[in-house]
Amino acid sequence: MKWETIIGLEIHAQLNTKSKIFSAAGTEFGQAQNSQACAVDLALPGVLPVLNEATVEKAIKFGLVIDAHINQRNVFDRKNYFYPDLPKGYQISQLDFPIIGRGKIEITVANTSKTIGITRAHLEEDAGKSIHDLYDDDTAIDLNRAGTPLLEIVSDPDMRSAKEAIAYAKKIHTLVQYLDISDGNMQQGSFRCDANISIRPIGQEKFGVRTELKNINSFKFLERAINLEIQRQQDILEDGGAVVQETRLFDALKNETRSMRSKEEANDYRYFPDPDLLPVEISAELIAKIKQNLPELPQQKKARFIAELGLSDYDANILTSQKGLADYFETMLKSNPDNAKLCANWVMGELSAALNKYQIEIQNTPISAQNLSLLVCRISDGTISGKIGKDIFQAMWAGEGSADEIIATKGLKQMSDSGQIEAIIDKIIAEHTQQVAQFKSGNEKILGFFVGQAMKATAGKANPKLLNELLRAKLS
Amino acid sequence: MVMHTKTIAELSAGLRAGDFSCVELTKHYLNRIHNSDLNAFISVTDDLALRQARAADDKIAKGEGGILVGIPYAHKDIFCSTGVKTSAASKMLDNFISPYDATVSHKLNQANLVMLGKTNMDEFAMGSTTESSYYGKTHNPWDRKKIPGGSSGGSAVAVAAGLSAFATGTDTGGSIRQPASLCGITGLKPTYGRVSRYGMIAYASSLDQAGPMTKTAQDAAIVLNVMAGFDKKDSTSATQAVPDYTKNLNNSIQGLTIGLPKEFFSTDLDSGVASKIMAAIKEFEALGVSVKEISLPNSTYAIPTYYIIAPCECSSNLSRMDGVRFGYRCDNPKDLQDLYLRSRTEGFGEEVKRRIMIGTFALSAGYYDAYYLKAQKIRHSISDDFKTAFGKVDIIIGPVSPTTAWDLGSIKDPVTMYLSDIYTLSANLAGLPSMSIPAGFSQNLPVGLQLIGNYWSEERLLNTAHKFQMQTDFHQKTPQRSEAMA
Amino acid sequence: MQSHSYKQRRLVIDNTQLEQIANLAKLNIADDALDATTKDLNNILALAEKLSEINTDNIKPMAHPLHMTQRLREDKVGEQNQVQIFQSIAPKIRDQYYLVPTVISNPSDSG
Repeated sequence: MKWETIIGLEIHAQLNTKSKIFSAAGTEFGQAQNSQACAVDLALPGVLPVLNEATVEKAIKFGLVIDAHINQRNVFDRKNYFYPDLPKGYQISQLDFPIIGRGKIEITVANTSKTIGITRAHLEEDAGKSIHDLYDDDTAIDLNRAGTPLLEIVSDPDMRSAKEAIAYAKKIHTLVQYLDISDGNMQQGSFRCDANISIRPIGQEKFGVRTELKNINSFKFLERAINLEIQRQQDILEDGGAVVQETRLFDALKNETRSMRSKEEANDYRYFPDPDLLPVEISAELIAKIKQNLPELPQQKKARFIAELGLSDYDANILTSQKGLADYFETMLKSNPDNAKLCANWVMGELSAALNKYQIEIQNTPISAQNLSLLVCRISDGTISGKIGKDIFQAMWAGEGSADEIIATKGLKQMSDSGQIEAIIDKIIAEHTQQVAQFKSGNEKILGFFVGQAMKATAGKANPKLLNELLRAKLS
Repeated sequence: MVMHTKTIAELSAGLRAGDFSCVELTKHYLNRIHNSDLNAFISVTDDLALRQARAADDKIAKGEGGILVGIPYAHKDIFCSTGVKTSAASKMLDNFISPYDATVSHKLNQANLVMLGKTNMDEFAMGSTTESSYYGKTHNPWDRKKIPGGSSGGSAVAVAAGLSAFATGTDTGGSIRQPASLCGITGLKPTYGRVSRYGMIAYASSLDQAGPMTKTAQDAAIVLNVMAGFDKKDSTSATQAVPDYTKNLNNSIQGLTIGLPKEFFSTDLDSGVASKIMAAIKEFEALGVSVKEISLPNSTYAIPTYYIIAPCECSSNLSRMDGVRFGYRCDNPKDLQDLYLRSRTEGFGEEVKRRIMIGTFALSAGYYDAYYLKAQKIRHSISDDFKTAFGKVDIIIGPVSPTTAWDLGSIKDPVTMYLSDIYTLSANLAGLPSMSIPAGFSQNLPVGLQLIGNYWSEERLLNTAHKFQMQTDFHQKTPQRSEAMA
Repeated sequence: MQSHSYKQRRLVIDNTQLEQIANLAKLNIADDALDATTKDLNNILALAEKLSEINTDNIKPMAHPLHMTQRLREDKVGEQNQVQIFQSIAPKIRDQYYLVPTVISNPSDSG
């Protein structure tokens, strides 16, 4: 039987606010355990929530770029369940009246565009963290993350393959970073995906029973997990079995998905409007103001890179695919406005290769955009050759200093004094009369031999262009 | 006149005149508290009180501060006080030393008052008798065998028995007004949002409101001046400007129209109480007030409406009591479920558990619409009734409690207990300000008169109550027992 | 005080439902208290029967007594690290973590 896959994604994007959604505690990642959990986050008796305005503005920004209806009156509800990293015994979320209503975005897979519907996006608070493997008999609770603002973005079940799901997730990921509403850091859990997956025989209208894959924190895992789950469901159905509606966990080490809990634990969340918070009203003026100040989005940036910088469609596409990459490139251009193409080559070439090799996010690159820009300047102004540039890049990556410092300490400055180079050429010609004769008899290839000898003698510093010119002149 | 029968204005004048120092006054009250057998307090904070008294004496010596500097008060044990046990009368919080101040606590500290201790109450403010406290029952000073009312029973007794100059209370369904009525003092529940709820341990968030419990309406005005006001830490706190509530106390009330809701004078009302209410209405008429019968038709649904909404909110509000970060934790939990189940089962009292279960049920899948949502709709109708009524009258008057104080232990059935709240619940559901003032005695037990005003009309309520108190002396009566202890 | 005038009309919950409610609320009810507790709760819920008398089709629910809207807080950090004070009242801590008996699985929610 032929099967069709149905996928919907729920994405939790942590909003990059300074303080938490309902308290004035900080949100910085990686602080000492429980040092950023204030009385409100700890749910001490008597404390009350007050909504952070930045969360509302960031949610509106997102709503505007997905063409969504902004609910000018939205309501916070309590979702009740007990868990040790949920201090109040309820999560403040939005059920019936989310801040962002229906919207949509376009994705492209294999050169085909497709519109994915977004059901809704709502504000809620993150839970703390439970650490199960720290101590033998106890689970350790760190509540620093409790109360961090989340925008939960719920898609329609519009995706038909893992590839489409990844394309959608990446699109949202790029968007939240461009909008500066989330740092999108997946390793730190700022951007987490849950996938609802079901399959049905092609041609059948009714959806199959779905399972939910929780908390996947990389695109690679998301794709693997979805494909594993599709295969698992297919195996069950083809064996005449039935898929059970449940939440499943992806285990990257074992390369499998497994059930997280039995159905008997099924919860009844008893949602009701949070009486500690009032309905949020959003004025048309605020929406207009936010709309006016929306940052440049990937499509617009790409068009500008092509039109104003003369980059190819391919280059512009790659550079704008990640906000970090585009930001890096544009920072380089500030001190190197006339070398857009060369800068682009270095970002997409050496830099991307190195980041990829060492699995480093561009935000944490050891070579700043200013420093790489300087290196590109030294190539374009002829101080060094492109080849030496690559060696200097490696030295910069290793932390040996700026391009200029490395050029100075290693004496890598290009030799462009024709007198100096001529002297070296004269010496080589004198020592290799046989090869000179071959060249004169028409063997053009032998020129490479002389270049090699000259480069060896100058430790690669001879200006290649000048060297070539002088060699030809001397040999002929 | 002995110190503990004086009003706040009199005490303040005495302190300023040097008739007695704040330390002397504080010691006098502390002594009375320690010699009292009414169990009005959960904690007595002697050291803190004396420290604050010395600081107040310094202020007074320098001629600084307002009228409340150095006034000793009793604080309901539902307000968080830094470094002091704040238990809400529950075993669950018996070990909870608050690391922070409620906004009300903070404001009273800033005004240099003296906190004598934390008063007894029904556990988590759920009750009408103060019998559900983990710390034992509180006794009514007018008759030790009787309940003081609740949930702010300890506060009402502290004021009535001369154990403090005034007390704080909270009122979710009558918890200031009913004990004030049964103990013969003045109690004010302000408009919802008038006093910050931050740091006040939540029972039902959309109904809870703090207010003063005092000897007189004038004292209530003085204390409300300090308690009231916008608080940025409470999203439900109102930004309305706070007037000086003492300013217009003496205004004439001639020409006011008082409404008597016929539903408040049903057959359930005790005849002794009814006659005092009717007598009070006569006093008002003598002050030039006209009286009109009105109807609040939906108020007859106030009990079921309240006893769905309040439990729903409390079932969620009390989920934080889980034995993880503070409060009671059972011994040697074998797993997480055991930790939750035993900590909560052992830490909560019966009435609290009962309301948590009612609320959990009323919010659960399949029942939400029939219970919670239905109750919220009828709440709207109850509120609309008042809107209609205040189009015709300025103040609504009626009884606070259908009876005077009953015998300790005499009502065991929860439903019968709930029915005693019939006259107080509507004001909370609508969020309206409401007062209880002494209106006489029935069989030697105090009878309270309830005044309900329109939103933000505390000033008018206090003015009306004050004029009544200028005309009557019920509020000056003190229980024999307290006189004997002086 | 008179006994209540609302007549109990029908039982809303039984012991099985009570146990489900208690489990949601994380409360234990002793086996020998089940009947009495169920009866208690049914008596209270019987009060609410009276609410079904009124047609509320055209009435909006009222979650708040005041018709105010949510005030927004400026996005500013205003809290100090007070972990020592907060954990001085905690039942069980280690290395600045709160501790609970080992939890095997994650809850179905973490966001």
